[in-house]
Amino acid sequence: MRRNAVAVVGAAETTELGVIPNMSQIQLHADAALNAIADAGLKLSDIDGIATAVETPQQIAHYLGIKPTWVDGTSVGGCSFMLHVRHAAAAIEAGLCKTVLITHAESGKSMIGKLPRSTPPDSLNGQFEAPFGVYGPPSMFPIPVLRYMKTHGITHEQIAMVAVVQREWAAKNPRATMKAPITVEDVLNSKMIAYPFRILQCCLVTDGGGALILTSADRAKDFPNKPVYILGTGESVETPMVSQMETFDSSRAFRVAGPTAFREAGIAHKDVGHLMIYDAFAHLPLYGLGDLGFMPHEETGKFIADGNTRPGGKLPLNTNGGGLSYMHSGMYGMYALQESVRQMRGIAPAQVPGAKISVCHGVGGMFAASGTIIFTNEK
Amino acid sequence: MAEPARARPKPTPETQHFWDGTAAGELRLQRCDACANVYFPPRPFCPSCGSRKVSIFKASGKGTLYSYVINHRPAAPGFTPPYAIAVVELEEGPRMMSNIVDCPQTPEALELDMKLEVAFEKLDDKITLPLFRPAKG
Repeated sequence: MRRNAVAVVGAAETTELGVIPNMSQIQLHADAALNAIADAGLKLSDIDGIATAVETPQQIAHYLGIKPTWVDGTSVGGCSFMLHVRHAAAAIEAGLCKTVLITHAESGKSMIGKLPRSTPPDSLNGQFEAPFGVYGPPSMFPIPVLRYMKTHGITHEQIAMVAVVQREWAAKNPRATMKAPITVEDVLNSKMIAYPFRILQCCLVTDGGGALILTSADRAKDFPNKPVYILGTGESVETPMVSQMETFDSSRAFRVAGPTAFREAGIAHKDVGHLMIYDAFAHLPLYGLGDLGFMPHEETGKFIADGNTRPGGKLPLNTNGGGLSYMHSGMYGMYALQESVRQMRGIAPAQVPGAKISVCHGVGGMFAASGTIIFTNEK
Repeated sequence: MAEPARARPKPTPETQHFWDGTAAGELRLQRCDACANVYFPPRPFCPSCGSRKVSIFKASGKGTLYSYVINHRPAAPGFTPPYAIAVVELEEGPRMMSNIVDCPQTPEALELDMKLEVAFEKLDDKITLPLFRPAKG
């Protein structure tokens, strides 16, 4: 894809984040969409492309009164929105539409108007994973981590530091759900969920949403807010069954999506000023640092434990506090994208001074899918 | 046991041979006749080379512990926490999710790479699950 040909010109989260008992899931989509449209200074009738996940595009388009000429319902889990950004950029470049709205929302905590998730007993997951007691992401997503730790020599304390450092970032974000400082001891003594992970190493469960508006870079300068350009993109999928990953030492989907985006962007790792790695659970930033090529996997735990990703560190990571401390409605990818856009606009609560390139890396399912978007504020 | 039962798999035409195998006390895998790739879960073609010429064979039932979690909460229906959800690497190469029986469900007892052997657990007349236990000897 051509670098910097498409830009984000509108970005917003739902008016509230956290516990929103007075709004259904579809209304959360609309709330985020209307906020993003206002942020871009547009009208609903200006939108001619729409993308969303879990909820269908027809559901959201109809509810908002949008008549799209381009639609993307890619739904591969929490990184679906990274894939939407990639697909929308290609569609705008190809002339299929001019102005794309991407929405996410989930009534993850209040469960109002939320579609049920189910695993049919004759699906492959239903036959070859469900009978063995998997029950929701906390029982599945951490399954690879003991192998990762053994292969790469990562300690429990190092992974606990992921949660500690992200809480430091969250403390700087007024909208973060959890802001009180925590220590490694707090993490390792918190309630056990699925050994080796304790509750402070598992994401929050909250309500909320977010929306983005993309258009061609040629038009981007006419919008009220600083445009954020799309420099590089990547995507992949591996398997819906965590047990069937090629290896637990690494994520194949990450190893495809991340390097694809770096090649497309034509940047080196040292150029990255700000980094988001979707952290549904505390091991994901380690996988991300290794699979995106920032360092060998053996060094990821020490890198975080040594403070390199904390406020003032050389590689600011998950600066909103992440899924562990900011918010996590179920499909966190949209919030990672929102933070990258805020950082590139220069308006983030925990702003990284002078950051010019932001890498935003997402996961879907339990390492099932991945999407990477590289943003820049310089054309 | 008055508790709700664990999730019961429902075979499809492509997986029936596997579940017929466990009911007969055999762990059945598939091997590609063209490229010799051994794979799981079942399907009537090789996911490595695409050949439809594949054979079903009885696996050794031996494997090693690749990774696991010990689930505390929330527990799946039919399970009493804490219980381990394991991924077993079979001697023939493929990995599969399972549970480890005849073994304390603790990090001390569940050592990565420990040797395991299949232990069949009958759910009902049609479905028997392939579980694993520490290998004897």
